[in-house]
Amino acid sequence: MGRVLLVTRLAVRDLRRRPTEALLLLIAILAATTTLTLGLVLRDAAGDPFESTRAATQGPDVVAKAAGVSELSRLERLATASGVTGHSGPFPVTSGKIQASGRTSDVQVVGRDTADAAVDRPKVTKGGWVTAGGAVLEAAFAHALDVGVGDSVTIGGKPFEVVGLAVTAASPPYPATLCLVPAGCVHGAVPEDRNLPAGLLHNPGLAWLTQPDVQSLATGRNALSHVMNLKLSDPADAQAFVERNGGDAFLQSWQGIRSDATELAKDSQILLLIGAWLLGLLAVAGLSVLVGGRMADQTRRVGLLKAVGGTPGLVAAVLLAEYLLVAVVAATGGLAIGALAAPLLTGSSAGLVGGVGTASPTWSTALVVTGVALGVAVAATTVPAVRAARSSTVSALADAARPPRRTGWLISLSRRLPVPLMLALRVAARRPRRVVLGVVGIAVTVSGMYILLVLDTFLGSQTGTGVYTADQVETLRHVLMVWTVVLLALAAVNTIVITWATVLDNRRASALARALGATPQEVTVALAIAQVLPALVGAVLGVFPCGRLLFAGINAITGADGGDAVLPAPWQLIGLTAATVVAVALLTAIPARLGGRRPVTEVL
Amino acid sequence: MSEAVGAPVLSARGVRKEYGEGDGLVRAVDSVDLQVGAGETVAIMGPSGCGKSTLLHLLGGLDRPSGGEVVLNGRRIDDISEKALARVRRTDVGHVFQSFHLMEELTAVENVELSALLAGRAPRAARRRAEELLERLGLAGRSGFLPSALSGGQRQRVAVARALCNEPLVVLADEPTGNLDSAAALDVLRLFRDLRESGQTLVIVTHDARIAATADRMFSMRDGSLVDETRLTGGTAGRLGALAGLED
Repeated sequence: MGRVLLVTRLAVRDLRRRPTEALLLLIAILAATTTLTLGLVLRDAAGDPFESTRAATQGPDVVAKAAGVSELSRLERLATASGVTGHSGPFPVTSGKIQASGRTSDVQVVGRDTADAAVDRPKVTKGGWVTAGGAVLEAAFAHALDVGVGDSVTIGGKPFEVVGLAVTAASPPYPATLCLVPAGCVHGAVPEDRNLPAGLLHNPGLAWLTQPDVQSLATGRNALSHVMNLKLSDPADAQAFVERNGGDAFLQSWQGIRSDATELAKDSQILLLIGAWLLGLLAVAGLSVLVGGRMADQTRRVGLLKAVGGTPGLVAAVLLAEYLLVAVVAATGGLAIGALAAPLLTGSSAGLVGGVGTASPTWSTALVVTGVALGVAVAATTVPAVRAARSSTVSALADAARPPRRTGWLISLSRRLPVPLMLALRVAARRPRRVVLGVVGIAVTVSGMYILLVLDTFLGSQTGTGVYTADQVETLRHVLMVWTVVLLALAAVNTIVITWATVLDNRRASALARALGATPQEVTVALAIAQVLPALVGAVLGVFPCGRLLFAGINAITGADGGDAVLPAPWQLIGLTAATVVAVALLTAIPARLGGRRPVTEVL
Repeated sequence: MSEAVGAPVLSARGVRKEYGEGDGLVRAVDSVDLQVGAGETVAIMGPSGCGKSTLLHLLGGLDRPSGGEVVLNGRRIDDISEKALARVRRTDVGHVFQSFHLMEELTAVENVELSALLAGRAPRAARRRAEELLERLGLAGRSGFLPSALSGGQRQRVAVARALCNEPLVVLADEPTGNLDSAAALDVLRLFRDLRESGQTLVIVTHDARIAATADRMFSMRDGSLVDETRLTGGTAGRLGALAGLED
């Protein structure tokens, strides 16, 4: 017990001794764990709402459709086919125009009984189920039409009252609604100058009426077709069943419906995963600087612990305890923030049960995130602990700061420059690896912003084209916004971490420069310029070639050709570069000022 | 307490430096009066923690006193702006530290020229001056070496060269032999003797009686105050100089 108390006390004391660095370490790991949580939650969220909907609605394993009365016998044969354990229907289907709230859209109308069916019982989320003269609209379709319970709509020229809204697993939510009519449907954008063939439905929604109401809407052109929902003994066999019994033209498996239902969530996920990779790179850059700096700083502390009788085991335990404290807090915080932010990105599932607000971390997500945080803690402990075990107490106690690198050409070049620039180049030249990490960090951020500009322009051009509804565009914009916020936040943390590490590392050199006559302003400006110059290089590299390469990479991953994409204009790229430099200058101002004004006699 | 031999270049009047407050108040320097004349060498001796280094920092504008006045070349420096104080450190004062404080990534000549570059000298002129000084201090062959490749005595000579680079009115040396072995210490002693003979004003804080013996006047410091003054007529030519082994 006494040993645990001692280890805990020593770990807490060390964290309190350097509160700023402890806080920065916490923020850097927190940003990494939050990003990871978001990526993993989104991966799960893409599938979960559909599964919930399927369970809540007795969702079919296969949906079968027949073009006319003549094909009804085919549906009847399917109902008794091998592997089928239950069915509902055949239900009559027709199509037409729905007019509501001043909007007009194509719609497919399914005739249902007022009683529950054995398979596919659409779950009413508002109002009630179909009545004579009362229509139930698929929830995402109603949302797009801005129609609610009690509103009046016209379907095929006949008035109906909306008596309910419902979700189903027998069709993907609007606008990816399963096509049930023989004339066919087209989803997505249609150029304005192109006329669709007669009868072909464009982005049709789904509505349910009583069977007599559907039959009353059927006319010559919009003759009745039929749909039947099947349950199989082995749902996993659904796709094979489809292939054995007529193929995709007549049958749709639940896996196919799920794929279409979660398509937008997949788009969101691709966006987020790209962001997660970029953020991961940034987190690694920031953590390398921070943990590397702390490792160097801890060598002398290891010597002190050994000098007062601490064994290498105790030293390792203290260091591990210290990082574990930070890692556990960061993992918990990352999971909480990620879980809270994820629902912002899952609005695409509005047509499914619990599609909004239910994305939450699973145990496996929690384990992965905690594992990563603990991995950082163990990695940060291992090097000083091994060093402690190997080095003698005397040499550890005498450990000086890591000697700076000599970059001769840069020192020579700097002699010809004004004092702040001369000092800045020399500050940068002392730690070239840190400069590289700074350049990489900014290049990653700027290339991410480049992609965001491309995607934002792309989404702006999609509103009203049919590829995405306005709501979906809004959802994808949410994803971009969250990506932007997290990316910028992590880049800001990195910049502050690197500046602070530079300030600490240059304490002696800065104090010496001041003792030799440099003014506090000159030292402050030098420390800031030492960050701004790599930021400028990183911003330029981030635009070209990194931004272009990342764009090409995304196209390769998603299979898009990218030819229609509008790349950022030169003024946008210049603005992005300038904004990056200004932001870095502002972020480094306070740490640099603190470093430039530290009393000389305190350091020398 | 003291009167300078020539016109005073540097003087302190009632200088105090306090840390903390209330019961925890510590007077590191307590009402020190001191005048250092042009071309004079003054040594300040005393036990560890008596306030010698703090006093030197106050005299050289590295720190500000809590009270009293510090006057350098007829101008008060205790109440001027940070920028003006930096200018004073750049042109009027040269510092030599116990642990040398050389930039490890710079060669000897780059270390020496740094103070000239900070003072705004042209790179070529700064380099020429640095090379001259290194030659004068016997380090011409070592100008391209990094500090890690130099002995302790050589490093301290580089530090002295750096302190002299801008031709300061006064050089302030804090335990210049504190980190050196006997041979290197003797080397530095000779260097300070030469500086004194060349007319350079020097204030040296030291534990080392031999280096104090090179001075014109020696002060003893205890608990932040100067308690005793000894005038060493002839400096190194006197008896203490012989004891220090500096006479040929």
